[in-house]
Amino acid sequence: MTTATPPLRKDAPDEPADARPSAVAALLNSMRANMRQYGMLVALLFIVVLFQIWTDGTLLLPNNVSNLIQQNGYILILAIGMMIVIIAGHIDLSVGSLVAFVGAMSAVMMVKHDMPWVLALVLSLLIGAVAGAWQGYFIAYLGIPSFIVTLAGMLLFRGLTQIVLEGQSLAPFPEGFQNIAKGFIPEMGPYTQYHNPTLLLGAVVLVVLILREVRDRKRQMAYDLEAVPKGLWITKCVAIAAAVIAFTLTLASFHGVPVVMLIMCALLIGLGYVMRNAVVGRHVYALGGNKAAAKLSGVKDKRVIFLVFVNMGVLAALAGCVYAARLNAGTPQAGLNFELEAIAAAFIGGASMSGGVGTVMGAVIGGLVLGVLNNGMSLVGIGTDYQQVIKGLVLLAAVGFDVWNKRKAGR
Amino acid sequence: MTARPTAAAVLEMRGITKTFPGVKALSEVGLTVRAGEIHAICGENGAGKSTLMKVLSGVYPHGSYDGEILFEGAPVAFKDIRASERHGIVIIHQELALVPYLSIAENIFLGNEQTGGKRGFVDWDDTLRRAAALLKRVGLREKPQTPVADIGVGKQQLVEIAKALAKEVKLLILDEPTAALNDEDSAKLLDLIVELREQGIACIIISHKLNEIRQITDAVTVLRDGRTIETLTVRQAPSDAAELSEDQIIRSMVGRDLDHRFPDRTPYPGEDAGTTALAVHGWTVRHPVDQQRKVVDNVSLTVRRGEIVGIAGLMGAGRTELAMSVFGRSYGRYEAGRVEVGGREVSTKTVPAAIGAGLAYVTEDRKQYGLNLIDNINRNISLASLPGMRRHGVVDEHHERQVAERYRTSMNIKTPTVFEEVGRLSGGNQQKVVLSRWIHADPDVLILDEPTRGIDVGAKFEIYTVIDKLAAEGKAVLFISSELPELLGMCDRIYTMAEGRLTGEVARADATQEALMRHMTKSRT
Repeated sequence: MTTATPPLRKDAPDEPADARPSAVAALLNSMRANMRQYGMLVALLFIVVLFQIWTDGTLLLPNNVSNLIQQNGYILILAIGMMIVIIAGHIDLSVGSLVAFVGAMSAVMMVKHDMPWVLALVLSLLIGAVAGAWQGYFIAYLGIPSFIVTLAGMLLFRGLTQIVLEGQSLAPFPEGFQNIAKGFIPEMGPYTQYHNPTLLLGAVVLVVLILREVRDRKRQMAYDLEAVPKGLWITKCVAIAAAVIAFTLTLASFHGVPVVMLIMCALLIGLGYVMRNAVVGRHVYALGGNKAAAKLSGVKDKRVIFLVFVNMGVLAALAGCVYAARLNAGTPQAGLNFELEAIAAAFIGGASMSGGVGTVMGAVIGGLVLGVLNNGMSLVGIGTDYQQVIKGLVLLAAVGFDVWNKRKAGR
Repeated sequence: MTARPTAAAVLEMRGITKTFPGVKALSEVGLTVRAGEIHAICGENGAGKSTLMKVLSGVYPHGSYDGEILFEGAPVAFKDIRASERHGIVIIHQELALVPYLSIAENIFLGNEQTGGKRGFVDWDDTLRRAAALLKRVGLREKPQTPVADIGVGKQQLVEIAKALAKEVKLLILDEPTAALNDEDSAKLLDLIVELREQGIACIIISHKLNEIRQITDAVTVLRDGRTIETLTVRQAPSDAAELSEDQIIRSMVGRDLDHRFPDRTPYPGEDAGTTALAVHGWTVRHPVDQQRKVVDNVSLTVRRGEIVGIAGLMGAGRTELAMSVFGRSYGRYEAGRVEVGGREVSTKTVPAAIGAGLAYVTEDRKQYGLNLIDNINRNISLASLPGMRRHGVVDEHHERQVAERYRTSMNIKTPTVFEEVGRLSGGNQQKVVLSRWIHADPDVLILDEPTRGIDVGAKFEIYTVIDKLAAEGKAVLFISSELPELLGMCDRIYTMAEGRLTGEVARADATQEALMRHMTKSRT
């Protein structure tokens, strides 16, 4: 052949799949593609280890881990919704106010009118859906920029909160409602040193995760020439197992799995699946990546964007209930700056300003980075003033790293 | 190779080698441009033309490549674009670098503001006066205060050249300057380049349009696979006729003789061959903003099963507007007209309805309207058929991938894996991805809008073969193109459009470029 050096072919047949250099290269390649997410996972681990040492082991004590989850549940819920909004190429500034409004409405229903908490919860989520539909209508069908519509919503819902509450806090909530934020799944079975249902759940998660790894690997072997080498794969499985077991034992040696965590996991798995595999999820990515092309391919752009905002409204309502239940009050000042935390979590977790990129898992990782930072810094006694400075720098560093990494890859 | 005239070389690039991680983009490339010469660079996509120009203009700074560059006889080492511009080397990219909401004058002096001695403050009188002078020089009759967004692409191209002249250009590099222009604007631009040659400005043109190369250039350097193949003399003196044929250039570009630039047409053997697949009646559309203007005016046409029907027209004739408004009313304001597919009247009010009715539209601008460049091949192919790929309510990724692999093979999409980002593929391969998407949607009628724009000769042939195969399978193909030889080579019938109206219908046997051009330039008076 007289041609110049051909471009690197990843499927070059003369390289055995198990050869070390190509395997490492393949791993690095796949990591580079998801650099921000992997980078953030590594950063999360680093932050955890850092504070674990700095706090002399307090950070990962069972009661603090429970606390950490309950403290950050509502931000993570918001971050998941926000991630989807940002993937679609939009933004939602109203979620903090919506959290306050829904919290206020739930307080009015339960405290003033003695409504059963389950009914009040359902109605609260419905309010969130309607609020989301209201904003989604203006954004999707009238074409008003989401920045404007949700900025208006930010003022609107904050004002409505104060009107509904007449400037006062409303308390207390029924115990059942409070359990959404403060409760744990109930203990069952004989007395052991650990929380039995948590152990069971942990075992189920472990089996499911390992089975998934096995299935993925089988598929890779069948269709993909780029399968990870066996040794590395086993290491990965062992690491997953170790993490799940350690986490389960930590939670099980306290009160078990918090209810918030169940909600979180359900959202993570459910919405993660929808975004990856459902047609509507694919359409969200396509719209964020190239709206014109998606429209000309038959994507019902208006309906999809509308649904994205309805979803955000419901999640904001859910976060509002969790937050109100945690405070055990509906207050006019609830949810201040939550939108900023959620947006920061999404960007730390791999979202792109121009849309089309990001994962639900990324939002959770981004949210956890912020959460562990908050918790860890509080434990070592760093004031909220410095905490904000540090969080700002982390956001800048995360996005800056990503931009730098992309530029390097482009050269 | 004939001996080249012996004017002094204004530019000499020697032994240029540029390596990217894993890929050698340029290997020992040499290029010599003589003073006052128009020099074309040809090559298939990926041959290294753009990379070479980026080396020359300092986008890739000195030190990131091997080899040497001599400009006006002295070695030069540019560390960025500004450095090369100081020497008088200016590059105009295919995607114009103009700011739409700034005026022509502001754009001309962007980064080169006229301060008239007042440091840091713009001297508006000076700016406007000099801009007006430059506009006159490039033959653009617009006020310098006009926003760039308000003038057409052809004029914008002239503004770019004025901008280059403002920098006292000695060597002008044009990357596909006429790709987005209609014939009239192209001709104007080419005339201007010839004029600049007379003023002593040398010019390098990267172009796929071989007729243009023959028309105005003095020499052509052919690159293939990152190497210089040869430099051919087009004419001895500027006034001579071209002594080089298009086929000679093509042979050099692809490294083989191209006996057939178009595949032989295979007839559709089905029993319903010849029955009408698409019929449009009285289609009328108004401009989305300017309600007075009818962009498409009472157009009626038919396409039969197994037939390839062309639409010829100059830019602004309303071809794309017609196609997009029929396809889900994606352009302008619908006023009147009916669409029949397979003899039944169908609604094409929305894109999903049009797809449901059996239509598909492959856009002329694949980057803007065709592809999600940040997503992979796999997902770009499946985008229009996702609902049909569902199993238990969700997308069956296994099936999706099988489909992508099938098209990767059948369409010869050159990529290491179907998970490659579409933005990284060459133009030809991107076009194959868009075509795959619509072929998989299995329409009865395909509307192809400039399907070979910006694609190299080899890939063009592959696209033609695919189109022929579709027709042979009984699809009806409506083929919009600005390249008349392509329409003549591929179509059974050709409609012509001008000013939104259908001005002619020519059967293949009677069609010549001249006949088509006559219909295309009929104006309504």
